Amino acid sequence: MNAAAIYAVEGVLLVSITSDITDSDIIELQEHLSNRIAESETRGVVVDISALEIVDTFVGRILAQLTAIARLLDAETYVVGMRPAVAMTLVELGMYLPDNHTALTLDHALEKIRSARSANGISRRA
Amino acid sequence: MTEKVLETTLEVLKEDAEGLLMEWIDQADEDGAKRSDLFSEREERDQAASMLRAFRLGVRDTSREGDFDLRDEHWADLRGILSEITHERVERGVLPGEMAALVLALKTPLFGRLTDKLVGQPDRLIEEVLIVSKAIDAFALYTNEVFIAEREQIIERQRDEMLELSTPVVELWDKVLTLPLIGTLDSMRAQEVMESLLQAIVERQAEVVIVDITGVKTVDTQVAQHLLRTAAAVRLMGARCIISGISPKIAQTMVELGVDVGEVRTRSSIKNALTDALTSVGVAIRPIERNQRSGA
Repeated sequence: MNAAAIYAVEGVLLVSITSDITDSDIIELQEHLSNRIAESETRGVVVDISALEIVDTFVGRILAQLTAIARLLDAETYVVGMRPAVAMTLVELGMYLPDNHTALTLDHALEKIRSARSANGISRRA
Repeated sequence: MTEKVLETTLEVLKEDAEGLLMEWIDQADEDGAKRSDLFSEREERDQAASMLRAFRLGVRDTSREGDFDLRDEHWADLRGILSEITHERVERGVLPGEMAALVLALKTPLFGRLTDKLVGQPDRLIEEVLIVSKAIDAFALYTNEVFIAEREQIIERQRDEMLELSTPVVELWDKVLTLPLIGTLDSMRAQEVMESLLQAIVERQAEVVIVDITGVKTVDTQVAQHLLRTAAAVRLMGARCIISGISPKIAQTMVELGVDVGEVRTRSSIKNALTDALTSVGVAIRPIERNQRSGA
């Protein structure tokens, strides 16, 4: 799978999508990612779409699906690095991705996951 | 003598160009189409003379050809001169009606001369007058078209300038941007606003964006829609959007219209929005001790 790669970074799964991703790649990615989330018992998934220049409803729907799958497996999904044009297209298409968390960059996403985790940790210990 | 269209007109134009010119200008003066306050006697004369010259050339070629059509090649000269003069006159503040009246004023002296020439030949007189009248009317209309085209250009340019001017994205603090919206928000502007805002978010790595609508006169469903879409796009980029400056009146209208802002945060003033934004990036504004104040 060349069009998308999954890395484990700081206990978080980082999914990097490259520009030439095809629809079949995305379906494959969905399969892979759900397995990896279940195996690693991660709490966070970061999908980096900064290389993505074109989106359509299919990509939008897959992003929403990835998020839903991850949520069922108890992980929160952050979409990072969205380009302005992509954001505008998605809004134009009416796909507001309400269940996704978003962040500007990977750094921001990691920070948010960390703070959410520590907040959770405290409440659990208490 | 073979009868040709506009033959007599051409004769008149050739024979007494100078006299015709003088009379034309006098007539224009009488019709209130002369603007002595904007143009000197000389300029006025030069313009009229060049129009008359081009008119004569056009008449000559048309008379060879047969029928009249302003779009013909014969009238290219006159068209050029008309748009040039219209441009110049409009720039100095001549009204479009006055420009048309100036062209139309040519009718009186020209028809007078035609009547003298064709005395006893009413049929030909009517024919000539009809054609010349049609031609001159077309020129007058043409000046109006030129005038409108110029105005359109100006409007176009000003709209572009306004679009640029009216979408300044300001960095209030590290990671905090604000976009003060002023005036009306139509689809085109909304698009422009969204684009520059999203671009700025990427460039400045902003986390919070305050869209201030204090300067927006009215909020209808369409404007609200645009605002919410902008907020949604900002969220997709990974930043947070706060809409501030919602007046009590606008709040009432929005509720009456059934606009649901969903999760978008709204604040009544930019002050509240700023406090909110700064808190979320971990900065606070607090009063300083009295003895630390500069100048105190």
